[in-house]
Amino acid sequence: MPASTAGPEAQSPVDRSEEKAFGFWIYLMTDAIVFALLFATYVVMSRGTAGGPTGLELFHLPRTFGETMLLLFSSATFGFATLAARARDGRAAVLLLLLTFILGTGFVAMEVGEFRGMVAMGAGPDRSGFLSAFFTLVGTHGLHVSVGLICILVVVGQILFKGLTEPVGSRLFRVGLFWHFLDIVWIGIFSVVYLPGVL
Amino acid sequence: MLGRLTVDALPLYSAIAMGGALITIGGAVAVAAAITWLKAWRYLWTEWLTSVDHKRIGIMYVTLALIMLLRGFIDALMMRAQQAIAVKSDGYLPPEHFDQIFSSHGTIMIFFMAMPFMTGLINIVVPQQIGARDVAFPYLNSVSLWLTASGAALVMVSLVIGKFSTAGWTGYPPYSGVEYNPYVGVDYWIWAVLISGIGSTLTGINFIVTILKKRAPGMTLMRMPLFTWTALCTSVLMAFAFPAITVVAVLLQLDRAFGMHFFTSGAGGNMMNYANLLWIWGHPEVYILILPAFGIYSSVVTTFSGKRLFGYTSLVYATGAIAILSFTVWLHHFFTMGSSANVNAFFGIATMIIAVPTGVKLFDWLFTMYRGRIRFHTSMMYTLAFIVTFVVGGVTGVLLALPPVDYLMHNSTFLVAHFHNMLIPGALFGYFAGLNLWFPKAFGFRLDERWGKRSFWCWMIGFYLAFMPLYLLGFMGMPRRMEHYDTPEWQPYLIVAAAGAVFILFGLIFMIVQLVISVMRRAEYRDWTGDPWDGLTLEWFTASPPAPYNFAVIPEVRSRDAFLDMKERGIAYRPPARYEDIAIPKNSAFGAVTGGFAFVFGFAMVWHMWWLAMLGVALIALTLVFRSSDDDTEYLLPASEVEKIESRRLQEMARAPRPEAAQDASVIPGAALQGRAS
Repeated sequence: MPASTAGPEAQSPVDRSEEKAFGFWIYLMTDAIVFALLFATYVVMSRGTAGGPTGLELFHLPRTFGETMLLLFSSATFGFATLAARARDGRAAVLLLLLTFILGTGFVAMEVGEFRGMVAMGAGPDRSGFLSAFFTLVGTHGLHVSVGLICILVVVGQILFKGLTEPVGSRLFRVGLFWHFLDIVWIGIFSVVYLPGVL
Repeated sequence: MLGRLTVDALPLYSAIAMGGALITIGGAVAVAAAITWLKAWRYLWTEWLTSVDHKRIGIMYVTLALIMLLRGFIDALMMRAQQAIAVKSDGYLPPEHFDQIFSSHGTIMIFFMAMPFMTGLINIVVPQQIGARDVAFPYLNSVSLWLTASGAALVMVSLVIGKFSTAGWTGYPPYSGVEYNPYVGVDYWIWAVLISGIGSTLTGINFIVTILKKRAPGMTLMRMPLFTWTALCTSVLMAFAFPAITVVAVLLQLDRAFGMHFFTSGAGGNMMNYANLLWIWGHPEVYILILPAFGIYSSVVTTFSGKRLFGYTSLVYATGAIAILSFTVWLHHFFTMGSSANVNAFFGIATMIIAVPTGVKLFDWLFTMYRGRIRFHTSMMYTLAFIVTFVVGGVTGVLLALPPVDYLMHNSTFLVAHFHNMLIPGALFGYFAGLNLWFPKAFGFRLDERWGKRSFWCWMIGFYLAFMPLYLLGFMGMPRRMEHYDTPEWQPYLIVAAAGAVFILFGLIFMIVQLVISVMRRAEYRDWTGDPWDGLTLEWFTASPPAPYNFAVIPEVRSRDAFLDMKERGIAYRPPARYEDIAIPKNSAFGAVTGGFAFVFGFAMVWHMWWLAMLGVALIALTLVFRSSDDDTEYLLPASEVEKIESRRLQEMARAPRPEAAQDASVIPGAALQGRAS
């Protein structure tokens, strides 16, 4: 393994970025465990409706489809932003990141709307074990997306003020990993929570 | 404005609780006064609290652990005293207070004594063992430290403001639910565990990257010292097990604060899911604590037997096997939950299988000592005590792994004896051995041997006296956590156990004496060479205490025992042709500040001060954004400065008196090296 270990000479910024990316991958794995446990908890509790509303009554597939489209497209635009940054086109990267931000905000807004509607009809998280698990799993994902939105703004600010330097590019890469990771988690939520709920 | 915090939160209801609060406040005030009197605030802040140097962070971790050890031990002493007298009477502690004490004892010893002790030793040693100048993410390291410290601070604050949990260190619902435990105790437990747990997850990530990416050239995975291997396995476990306790603590908090139904008895809740989630973290946690101790024992046995490690490869594979198996046995903590016989049998067998790699390790250590020239250093004494005592604990563990036996022993003092038998000799003795072994590396002078051995004997005898009676009491049917009891036959055993606790008290006092005497005689105990025990691995290559950069020139590793190899080739202390500038991470206040905000956030959540909690989160987020925008986090130490530090070290080494090891004819390094088996 000598190639991957630190040499006696000073470390280059690229090595640093690589270490950070590796660390971030491991962080994502820990986060994946958080979601795995929340998924498991949801599956265990999905029958604990306690006489309250079930997924069949609450979930509205077209709405979930809309949310899914927003998130998937935002992942695509983030991908294009990464490509633009790699081509050293800061302006395009910023515009695409802002587009990602808008799509992500749309997703969060739709989810908040869904939650509010459910709470308004008496199906809040304190109604039953099933709903506690639903709100916590989907809400944790939504919270992650919101944190991702803040990170996107921070990176946009850094590109504007610092330009596409090595550390800024490394941060952009890691926020991108985070964003795509959340996409994958959402696919899981769609398949485990919403689809069985309405089928 | 203040949520549910009122003047009733002060412990005015009980003299004993008030005493605890006053001692806590008095201790804090005394420390603050001493620092002020020494005019050391600025020094403390600039040199220590804001430091991102892994060695200083490690020392702060160990300091935290030793302070919390005292607190946790006082809890233990109080419990032993209560049980020794409370036959057919109430003893001196009211039930509610007794329950708080056993809850805080467990919480503190696991999360705020063992975890920081282990993390601290890894911090001090691992980067040096792999020939690195620091960890991969020094700033993140400082954040981890301060998250752990703020969790510990929450536990300490609960002594003064409000109460601690009465639900045991595992906090099982429904008793820990809001229905039976409406006050703040469980919330203190939740937030202390949550905040420090996130710190541990980050530490795990940090050391995985450090060990995999920052090794010196030539140090392949199978050339890593065994302590580094155990640190790697523990880091993997920390990163992948701690998310489980984060999840379970958050869910319990959601139940308690927002009326959700994860673990409630009605409304679709499932309290057994709690036990599963908790022990998915909890069992790997046992190995998180024990594996690094195994690594320390390996270092001690090789160093003080004058031999290379026997069966290195088998030790590495045994460590990996234990790490993986530790995720497959969690259900043995609740066989009595009543899963089907097949499920219980699976987990019972998996549990017994873990005994196999552990047994492999014991034989490897024994064969390392075989025909070695053993020096009875304090750390070696702890290792020998461990080898004998751990076997007893292992055998009782295999007994408990049989589901039918577990049905009889569950929640009896037999269980209490068993896990203390694993964690005190298995983990704590290892940390003490590490403390005695690496103290000169961290501070530049050795610890006093006489008082160290006195302390060891007290710990060793105290342990047997305190816990062997509990095995017998378990057979006699005594449940754990009894505030008082009506069976007079139990009392003699409990008195013996209390006597054991007194022995351990003297062990602790002698440790403090050992520290004080060593500081007073630091000139006499000075370690001039950086290699006081004739060591084998790279941490003995650096100065004691090491320069900020550890290695002026990163060593080339050619063999498993890299430093021994350098000494044998005669190149260990040869100055290089020229030195180079070295980049060193700058100190940063952001770590301590983040920890402070995390404490505010946790405190606000405990007392339901929602505005303050939101402010805390916002401030943490702002801190992180500010820090992430700072790309100027290092400074360059010029080569001339490095040369000055290094040549001063070489001069001191030349003038130093001959090391103790060399005066003893039986351990003349050269002679001993000839005898080292490969």
